[in-house]
Amino acid sequence: MKDRLRITDYGLPITDYRLRITFCGLLLTLLFFTAGVVVAQTGEVTDDEVNAVAKDLFCPVCESTPLDVCPTKACADWRELIRTQLAEGKTRTEIHDYFARQYGDGVLADPPKRGFSLILWALPVIGVAIGGVLFVRYVRNLRREGDVVAATAVVPANPSPASAASVPQPATPLEASGDYVSRVEEELLARK
Amino acid sequence: MTDTMKVSEIEPTELAPAMETTGKRGIRWTAVAMWAVALGVLALLGWGLIKANAPRPEVGEVAPNFTVEFFTGYEWQGESSVALDDLRGKVVVLNFWASWCVECRYEADVLENASRQYAPDEVVFLGVAYADVEPNSLAYMQEFGVSYPHAPDLGTRISNSYEITGVPETFVIGPDGKIVYVHIGPINQTTLNRVIAQAMEGGS
Amino acid sequence: MIPDLGYIALGFAFGTAVYAAVAAWYGHRTDQPRWVESARNATIITLPLVALACFLLIVSLLRSDFSVEYVWRVSSRGMPDYLKVTALWGGQAGSLLFWNFLLAVFTAAAMMRNWRRQRELMAYAIMVASFTQIFFLGLSLFIENPFTRLAFVPPDGNGLNPLLRHPGMIIHPPMLYLGFVGFTIPYAFGMAALMSGKLDDTWIRLTRRWTLVAWLFLSLGLILGGRWAYDVLGWGGYWAWDPVENASFMPWLAGTAFLHSVMIQEKRDMFKMWNMSLIVLTYCLVISGTFIVRSGVISSVHSFAQSAIGPLFFGFIAIMFVFSVYWLSKRHEALKSENHLNSFLSREAAFLYNNFLILAILAVVFLFTYYPIFSELITGEKGFVGPPVYEQATGPLFGVLVLLMGVAPLTMWYRTSAQRIGMGVRWPALAALIFIGVLIVLGIRDWRALLGLWIVSFAAILTLLEFWKGTRGRMKAKGEPPWTAFATLMGRNRRRYGGYWIHMGVIVMAFGIIGMELFQEQTQIRLTVGDTLSLGRYEMQFLGATRFPGPDDLLITQATVDVYDNGRYVGQYYPRTELYTRTNQPMTIPDARSTISEDFYILMINWEPTSSDQATFRVYLNPLVNWVWAGGIIFVIGTLIAAWPDRKEELVTVSRPHQTVLAGGD
Repeated sequence: MKDRLRITDYGLPITDYRLRITFCGLLLTLLFFTAGVVVAQTGEVTDDEVNAVAKDLFCPVCESTPLDVCPTKACADWRELIRTQLAEGKTRTEIHDYFARQYGDGVLADPPKRGFSLILWALPVIGVAIGGVLFVRYVRNLRREGDVVAATAVVPANPSPASAASVPQPATPLEASGDYVSRVEEELLARK
Repeated sequence: MTDTMKVSEIEPTELAPAMETTGKRGIRWTAVAMWAVALGVLALLGWGLIKANAPRPEVGEVAPNFTVEFFTGYEWQGESSVALDDLRGKVVVLNFWASWCVECRYEADVLENASRQYAPDEVVFLGVAYADVEPNSLAYMQEFGVSYPHAPDLGTRISNSYEITGVPETFVIGPDGKIVYVHIGPINQTTLNRVIAQAMEGGS
Repeated sequence: MIPDLGYIALGFAFGTAVYAAVAAWYGHRTDQPRWVESARNATIITLPLVALACFLLIVSLLRSDFSVEYVWRVSSRGMPDYLKVTALWGGQAGSLLFWNFLLAVFTAAAMMRNWRRQRELMAYAIMVASFTQIFFLGLSLFIENPFTRLAFVPPDGNGLNPLLRHPGMIIHPPMLYLGFVGFTIPYAFGMAALMSGKLDDTWIRLTRRWTLVAWLFLSLGLILGGRWAYDVLGWGGYWAWDPVENASFMPWLAGTAFLHSVMIQEKRDMFKMWNMSLIVLTYCLVISGTFIVRSGVISSVHSFAQSAIGPLFFGFIAIMFVFSVYWLSKRHEALKSENHLNSFLSREAAFLYNNFLILAILAVVFLFTYYPIFSELITGEKGFVGPPVYEQATGPLFGVLVLLMGVAPLTMWYRTSAQRIGMGVRWPALAALIFIGVLIVLGIRDWRALLGLWIVSFAAILTLLEFWKGTRGRMKAKGEPPWTAFATLMGRNRRRYGGYWIHMGVIVMAFGIIGMELFQEQTQIRLTVGDTLSLGRYEMQFLGATRFPGPDDLLITQATVDVYDNGRYVGQYYPRTELYTRTNQPMTIPDARSTISEDFYILMINWEPTSSDQATFRVYLNPLVNWVWAGGIIFVIGTLIAAWPDRKEELVTVSRPHQTVLAGGD
């Protein structure tokens, strides 16, 4: 949605040029001929200070483009508002909160840690933790089986017949891999 | 090539006769997990597709409800906030605009004139500012001398629920709460009058 | 006339694809190899037919035949000829046709190359590959036909999207497509193995090589995409965790996991089920990635506009998912392998850790990419996840992965003693620590940077040592001079040392990424002629701006600036903004003073007014950014080394099918 205002389309048919064209056209004419008007002097807030706050905001008009580099007029307005608020002495967090309240949490690059968006922090942490535990258990299980096999026979026991049919039975582990042999040679040579 | 074996005919169970070490339960569990993941992702994609392809509430559907908090000085009959459902029985002309939007300027006067033309008890005009900053919105309303109620789209929620594709966009909602007409781009007087009349008839 | 011929060629290609699938199925069913052979020929014939269609579309583009809707959409008379050719993939319908062409190339190549050796798999492989072709050719023929005519002939066309006129963007999509399409072949072989029940490691050998080829192109596509973003998008970065980028990054991750874990199966005949699942996962990520990119399900900068393709594509994905999972679970028993580990400190264990980490990264990226859908489903509001969240979550995982990448080569199959690893790790760890000490003395205090740089330099030393040990071994053993020894070492064990090259590429990129992520500086200021701005060691003086028309409908506004490095004049630079007047699309083209240690990257901002004596500039100091590109080149060279056909391996594969036939006949 809001395709019409997207400025960096990947080159596929843009459904509706109408708004974009007039909008960009007017924007640019305005910019070229009324130099200096847009940069209203609001206190001594520098562009850098504005950009530092804008960097982590995304306006709904141009999705996926951070506010500090978005060329649309809407975004320019937002940046001006940030400038005003900075001049009023508001902090970065306060401004972010204001924008989230005004335009929805979707404008924040760093979604607020409340409600549903908590899963963005919880799931990776819990997921990796649970995954890690399962993985460790699984690997330990493999390890135990490995010990049993190693104790009974050096040959990997009973490779599945499907492969047994075609693959020559693996020999003892030491010979199983040419890579290993070359490796040992190499290591020996290296150590001398 | 007659000796080409049809390996597929050999059942996998025959190929793997002895499965003593791992019980059947473990096997089923992995399969269940695989199915769950695959179907889960499919469901998600499918739902996303439905959302993406159902562009907007269509004509004939009940307009999604919302509550607006008006700009100071642009209230509706003195109320600072109103829900769409409270306006049942009246025709609602819901217009999305923004001060940075060039084409909105073309229709601002049209809407203002129309709003004066109808009795406020019968037709409610409601302007919603999309992704706009408050000072600019106020300046814009002042510039066009609008008199009908205007509100910011707090949280961009109204625009999202109406799935607007950009601004300006106008929805005309009948007295029964159903959408009568959707207009993308600046609207003109003739169309507006026609659809408002249509909406009023449909409701009575 | 020409477009009609193209249409007919496309129609025939669709026909041959359908025939191939049916004939392969019928031939296999009734045990008539002649039919399977005929099916194979049909898949090969599809290639010239699709190629002809592409060629005819290119001819139409070159002739500016605007009676064809697609030509009108993506080209204009004023465009140079090379852009007219590349406009083939500049729009939905054309890129789909091009996609079909690449798919036909891969399919035909696989059929010709692997035909004689893997007959048993081929009937199934043809069915799977042809089904994919039927789907995509069908889309091209019935939904997004590039040869559709307009009712009238417009005088001129719309012209190619300006963003696609950059050299990086011209080759980026084909690479990405090659990567995506390429995964069809390993998937087809994997599924063929599953369906035929011929689950020995033949398919692994086949699949590995094809996966490596697809993976190479995908890597190239990702790197070029980054370069393109850096050069054209004008925000000083190369990666934005955009859904489209993630859509190609996720299959890349899964493919990387597969390429590692497949070695466990080759050496130790373990984890068959796992490997099969990984290749299936990779393919599913490829098609669902293409889907989210093309259907607008998750909106993004790059999304193809809404199109009728969505529902059909969803159907295709659903069939592929269900089909894959069905066969995976059906052959579960047969794929069961006796997996055991002799030690936690072994090569196979290291590969498992690698897989765990990569899949964790994949899961996180997946969650974040699909979060907007999740969130809308549950809360009704479309959420958004920005780059900072991705970085926080994946950063530590990447760190551990690089650490593992350094240490893993020290492990050996079956088991390695901790002592041994300790010995190998001791000095490099210390050396890296000394390096960090130097950095601290130089004034770097950010603990994330220090930790990251320690890991990366530690891994770098270990990887370089691997090369050194191998080379010295050969020098001692064979008495070869160093360079010969190094060259033969690479030649003899391409896969292994190609792999280490790739690791080295990743390490060099990691240095660049740490530099960019943690030390990037920027400033924005409005300058009048004669004014200077300074950032870090650099100073820049604004000398003026001019406006002049460029080729086609282009209007260029170009600034001239002098750049001084530590007070020393280093050259004149020309950042510019471009305006494509026909579509009124603005572009910001940066210029940069580029050195090995950093880029001084200058943008003239196009949303602020520019006149001949005033302009607003945004400049970035991008430390080590060139390391990212250098690492990319090393990476690609390494992949080429590893993927280059190896005669010895071919011989091994050749001798295989014979035995299988005999064994099957028992």
